[in-house]
Amino acid sequence: MIHSLFLINHSGDIFLEKHWKSVISRSVCDYFFEAKEKAAEPENVAPVLQTPHHYLITIYRGKLFFLSVVQTEAPPLFVIEFLHRVADIFQDYFGECSESVIKDNVVTVYELLEEMLDNGFPLATESNVLKEMIRPPTILRSVVNTLTGTWSNVGDTLPTGQLSNIPWRRAGVKYTNNEAYFDVIEEIDAIVDKSGTTVCAEIQGVIEACVRLTGMPDLTLSFMNPRLLDDVSFHPCVRFKRWESERALSFIPPDGNFTLMNYHVSSQNLVALPVYVKQSISFFDSGPCGRLDITVGPKQTMGKTVEALMVTIHMPKAVLSANLTATQGSYTYDLATKVLVWDIGKLNPQKLPNLKGSLSLQAGAPKPEDNPSLNIDLKIQQMAISGLKVSRLEMFGEKYKPFKGVKYLTKAGKFQVRT
Amino acid sequence: MSASSAFNEEKGGSSSVGEPEYGHDPASGGIFSSDYKRHDDLKEMLDSNKDSLKLEAMKRIVAMIARGKNASDLFPAVVKNVACKNIEVKKLVYVYLVRYAEEQQDLALLSISTFQRGLKDPNQLIRASALRVLSSIRVTIIVPIMMLAIKEAASDMSPYVRKTAAHAIPKLYSLDPEQKDQLIEVIEKLLADKTTLVAGSVVMAFEEVCPERIDLIHKNYRKLCNLLIDVEEWGQVVIINMLTRYARTQFLNPNMNESLLEEGSDKTFYGSDEDEDEEEEEKEKKAEAPMAKRKPYVMDPDHRLLLRNTKPLLQSRNAAVVMAVAQLYFHLAPKVEVGVIAKALVRLLRSHSEVQYVVLQNVATMSIKRRGMFEPYLKSFYIRSTDPTQIKVLKLEVLTNLANETNISTILREFQTYIKSMDKDFVAATIQAIGRCATNIGEVRDTCLNGLVQLLSNRDELVVAESVVVIKKLLQMQPEKHSDIIKHMAKLTDNIQVPMARASILWLIGEYCEHVPKIAPDVLRKMAKSFTNEEDIVKLQIINLAAKLYLTNSKQTKLLTQYVLNLAKYDQNYDIRDRARFIRQLIVPTEKSGALSKYAKKLFLALKPAPVLESPFKDRDHFQLGSLSHLLNAKAGGYQELPDWPEAAPDPSVRNVEVKDSVPEWTKCSSREKRKEKRVEKPFYSDSEGESGPTESADSESDSASGSEMGSGLEESGSGSESEGSEEGSESEEEEEEDEKDKKKIKKDLKKPVKESESEQSSEEEERKHQRKSDQQKSDSESESDEESDSESSQSESDDSDSEADVKKKKKAAESKPPPKPVKKDTKKEKKEMSLLDLDDFEPAASPQVTPVNSFLSNSLVTDLEGLSLSDAVLSPANISPCSALKSYELLHRIRGEGLSVEYCFSRQPFSPDGNMVAVQMQFTNNATSEAKNLHMEDVKLQSGMRVKEFPEIELLPAGETATAVMGIDFCDSTQAANFQLCTHTRKFFVSIQPPVGELMRPVFLTENEFKKEQGQLMGMNEITEKLTLDAKCRNEHTIVQRVTTAANLSRVPCGSDKECSPPVPPPDRLVHRFAGRTVTSGSLVLATVATKEGGAAQLTVNCEKMVIGTMLVKDVLLALTQ
Repeated sequence: MIHSLFLINHSGDIFLEKHWKSVISRSVCDYFFEAKEKAAEPENVAPVLQTPHHYLITIYRGKLFFLSVVQTEAPPLFVIEFLHRVADIFQDYFGECSESVIKDNVVTVYELLEEMLDNGFPLATESNVLKEMIRPPTILRSVVNTLTGTWSNVGDTLPTGQLSNIPWRRAGVKYTNNEAYFDVIEEIDAIVDKSGTTVCAEIQGVIEACVRLTGMPDLTLSFMNPRLLDDVSFHPCVRFKRWESERALSFIPPDGNFTLMNYHVSSQNLVALPVYVKQSISFFDSGPCGRLDITVGPKQTMGKTVEALMVTIHMPKAVLSANLTATQGSYTYDLATKVLVWDIGKLNPQKLPNLKGSLSLQAGAPKPEDNPSLNIDLKIQQMAISGLKVSRLEMFGEKYKPFKGVKYLTKAGKFQVRT
Repeated sequence: MSASSAFNEEKGGSSSVGEPEYGHDPASGGIFSSDYKRHDDLKEMLDSNKDSLKLEAMKRIVAMIARGKNASDLFPAVVKNVACKNIEVKKLVYVYLVRYAEEQQDLALLSISTFQRGLKDPNQLIRASALRVLSSIRVTIIVPIMMLAIKEAASDMSPYVRKTAAHAIPKLYSLDPEQKDQLIEVIEKLLADKTTLVAGSVVMAFEEVCPERIDLIHKNYRKLCNLLIDVEEWGQVVIINMLTRYARTQFLNPNMNESLLEEGSDKTFYGSDEDEDEEEEEKEKKAEAPMAKRKPYVMDPDHRLLLRNTKPLLQSRNAAVVMAVAQLYFHLAPKVEVGVIAKALVRLLRSHSEVQYVVLQNVATMSIKRRGMFEPYLKSFYIRSTDPTQIKVLKLEVLTNLANETNISTILREFQTYIKSMDKDFVAATIQAIGRCATNIGEVRDTCLNGLVQLLSNRDELVVAESVVVIKKLLQMQPEKHSDIIKHMAKLTDNIQVPMARASILWLIGEYCEHVPKIAPDVLRKMAKSFTNEEDIVKLQIINLAAKLYLTNSKQTKLLTQYVLNLAKYDQNYDIRDRARFIRQLIVPTEKSGALSKYAKKLFLALKPAPVLESPFKDRDHFQLGSLSHLLNAKAGGYQELPDWPEAAPDPSVRNVEVKDSVPEWTKCSSREKRKEKRVEKPFYSDSEGESGPTESADSESDSASGSEMGSGLEESGSGSESEGSEEGSESEEEEEEDEKDKKKIKKDLKKPVKESESEQSSEEEERKHQRKSDQQKSDSESESDEESDSESSQSESDDSDSEADVKKKKKAAESKPPPKPVKKDTKKEKKEMSLLDLDDFEPAASPQVTPVNSFLSNSLVTDLEGLSLSDAVLSPANISPCSALKSYELLHRIRGEGLSVEYCFSRQPFSPDGNMVAVQMQFTNNATSEAKNLHMEDVKLQSGMRVKEFPEIELLPAGETATAVMGIDFCDSTQAANFQLCTHTRKFFVSIQPPVGELMRPVFLTENEFKKEQGQLMGMNEITEKLTLDAKCRNEHTIVQRVTTAANLSRVPCGSDKECSPPVPPPDRLVHRFAGRTVTSGSLVLATVATKEGGAAQLTVNCEKMVIGTMLVKDVLLALTQ
């Protein structure tokens, strides 16, 4: 399936290559560079390219291109999903997925890639399994390594997970503090039109878990109101049958951090938007200028404070500079990318933040015919906007009492206000 | 160079390599200093006996490989370490070996013995990795060794080693395809493996080596289906894709009955009523003929097994798995079941943009064939300015495919915002999309055209050009009406520079020159002037225009044409020269020119068919969806064609297996646990299980009997053959099946609450009823048919309000199964008394109809009573006649039904078994001379989400008699038709019930203030306003109210206090009538306001968050008020 992998940085250098079958010359990437040249933004490069002898399937993650070469028919999503999994594993191992980190850990990266694919077919993609085979770098180990030079990075027994029916969990987990934390994170995707009417709004939720429990715990997480969930997808550890019958999540968790489930609350249930935006952006025909006036106010926040509020505007090319005053927070205007960012911070319902002032346009350029849309970012702690609530977490199979915690967080996803 | 030096050294004896002859400082090896110095240093380290040095050296070498640097000269030094004790060094050596073995085959052979030893190692990890590396070394000489190793590993104890063996198969195959036959044997053996670990890998090998040997799958088919859920995710993708192909060769097309009708049905779901009816009738006529000949379709139980076992995987976190299941359903499932995949696919749209890209491509293809599936998710395809362009264009494609009469207004509004986007490519695509909507949906053609014409004054030239091109195509459909637009466009030639647009305008003018006789010659004059500077494509059109004008208006244009043709004669482009020559011969009559010139006019001004704007995704589904080939719309190497369905199903018995071991090895602890859990639940079902017998078939029967599961008919009919197949299986098979059944039970259990409204949410009485029912199931050894009739009778009384259910139940429990008809009447009488006397009892139970607003008790009482009186009128079946307020529709005409005629009406009563269903009252009349028996329905075909509660079977309908029955349909707040077969003991009739939008709601009581408050929250997009002139007969309050309530099941909102109650009604002008209701399924508010003004003018406003419903309701009410 997957023949080769090339990692390419933002400026177009191939800094890592790995072949699982015979070697393919890196000149195959030229087709990709060609496409990249044509596209204005890196996101606009088509993920699947056809070359005379190969197919190039690319993902763009963390300013890096993961370019894989496929020679015969293979489901494109299979490859894409795998590449993302690779990036996830890097993230998990090294804390971030960037060029410098990959270059620093090139041997570990290579060992990982070697284990993840065999002859182009995925072999071990569970981080718990991989961590038993290839230990992630830690400060302690690197110190020991430099001192003695004997510590091995590679395990010499077959990871138990690989063979067991729960490949996601490693065996013999031991902790002195047993704890299980669940973060319910919801993102609001919404489009609000000029007049302030919601065109569409939906909630995407994810439950991120951090489970550090000794032994083989069997957990059951139940909700107060599972009916809210419109559509769900699970980590393989979740028993689907139990969900179908009881609407409870029953699972033997992987060790460490993982995504337990994703869910979707559709627009059928009305989504309460936490903020409203009053805006007017106008450009005048006479004289190279425009006016901008934005006010953000709380709408339905259920008594919680809106934090980390931020408004991002991709201005038309003709906008040269912005001369604005913000009653709260600060704004920056990047001349090169034409992005105006207004970082508001906490939303104070008593004194609504406002950004006002004039925009100057390039002399001679025609006035932009359309107004840019605003992208809103925000965070609300301790609230899930859909109203989803975890009712309880039970543990079976182990004797000790774990420490449990649930955190809620609401964020703006793709929250766009059209103007 | 470095390589050669390495060779020299190697010949000189490897022992000397270690000498630091060239200096050993690695730092001195700068960029330009030759590599071999540094490599020498590495060699030294590799030769040392310290593992740490070796490791360090190997790490540096691997880093070189990773960076793509050549490290091949180190081969001899590295390969020596293949037997190193340190496992990390060893692994890195493996990495090196695999990379360079192909280049240095002879030296690579040195390592083989190490691997052969490794293959015998007691540690399974070492065995596996030895096999892995051995098979990865692409050296032809060792093929026999590899073959042996694979064969041995295929019967290894450890499943992990067997998995590695499966991986090794395609490696060996690519190295030496001649080994195919032997490899197939190994594959066959591994296919029989029962571990989930191996399954995915071996199917992968199967796909690469021998995808054509579908016969190898037969015996393993059921096992694969059952293992599927526990296989790791990547394996799932491969297996599902393979099974899709397998199923296409082995089973019959589940849609074969519909495929005949497809052309008719896939076009319009919402077509205007008459259209639909005609179509429907046609469809039925068409359907009947082949139906009579064809034997009814029965789904193979194995086919069902596949569908059932893949469905849970839609919930996978892995997008590839979801896509694989989606394509399987799209290609294999009966039409009614395909809907389930839409939700999961829409979920994937939240994923990474690459995933979105692929998913949208597939959705675009699917949405052409199955538009209804994605319609509910229309908004999920709305475009954000931050989406990458390619995503935007694909979403646009999907939106265009989904556009139809009902949603086109919303879509066009959405498009309007897109046109203002900064992304010009996207704007161009939007204009194209508008053009396609306009061609496909006649009603909006003029609107679209006007919108596009407005765009012609856009400042951006690209936008204008694109609009011109699209307008050209639209005008071609009805040019007569739009000569002014052509004139307008003619003016544009002065400004537009984009060649394609200029060419389009010129073509238009030429083609329709008789509509613009004054302007055309002038345009030609201008063009002649600029001819030499034009692009080729424009020049060709100028010649074209000249020729056409010469033919129609030679007086004015003769000279101009000559001039243009002369210019063209000396053009650089030979196409243009040729064209000019050709045209001159054709149109300018000379003595030489033959017969052709007589027909010049016919040649040039022939009526050209309007272009069909088609989706580029049309017919792409002949590629297996989700595949690379589908994405590229071209066959990729190694793509396996998706076979067509066979005409007749091959022998299904090939899939029967003899299984010896009683407990399958693969049974995983997790599934064992599941089983344990299920055991606990078993007692609850045990009785019904006893009834239904040990085979799955019986189970599915009871399933279909109990509920209205979609496609239950299919399952039921499939059951017979399933039992045959499964009985042959041994114990373990049965256990599996039992397991399977348990799963189903749970599913059924889950379904029940939703489907039969016996959920906790519904009133207590219902719960009690449920309990009693299950008690009955447990205690009595009542036969299944009995149970069925039980539920039937409860259905038949669906028009009763909930409160009576209790009484009724008691009564029935006492009765010993009397014939259904008398019971109905009995209980009805009883019920009436009850409800009239016992108002308190009635109040809470009637909750769906009356919102509990206690503070307005008097008012709500009034409405209650109103409701009561109304229901009384309708309840008695005899009252259904055309003259009653309820409109009745024909379901089956007397002629077509061979004497049996059926009419139905929406009784507007709460359907007691399920509050979310619309009650449909049906009246059967037997006009034939013989009696009709066993009237019942079958084979319900519904859009996703819709449900039907069937009416109880009418056992006997004597000639000349009439009977009524009530069924419930949950239309999911859409006006899509519910299709089913109406069966008598002899015949089956395809019928369909399509609700007018007004029947999808039930009245609620609101006060004026509440109404205004709610209305305030449903502004903007949710509000639709229309102006109208009231019909002359319809100007008094009473008629308005009556007409609105006839058109829609809404209740009047008492406006003000005096107006409502005081007898002398004020003059009807300047009155506001308000009506309120809720949609039946989702309970969304529907508010309608009719504000009358002087002289019959009025304004109708509908507020509803479901815009589709709102739009359609406006249409209907408007019609009711103006006629």
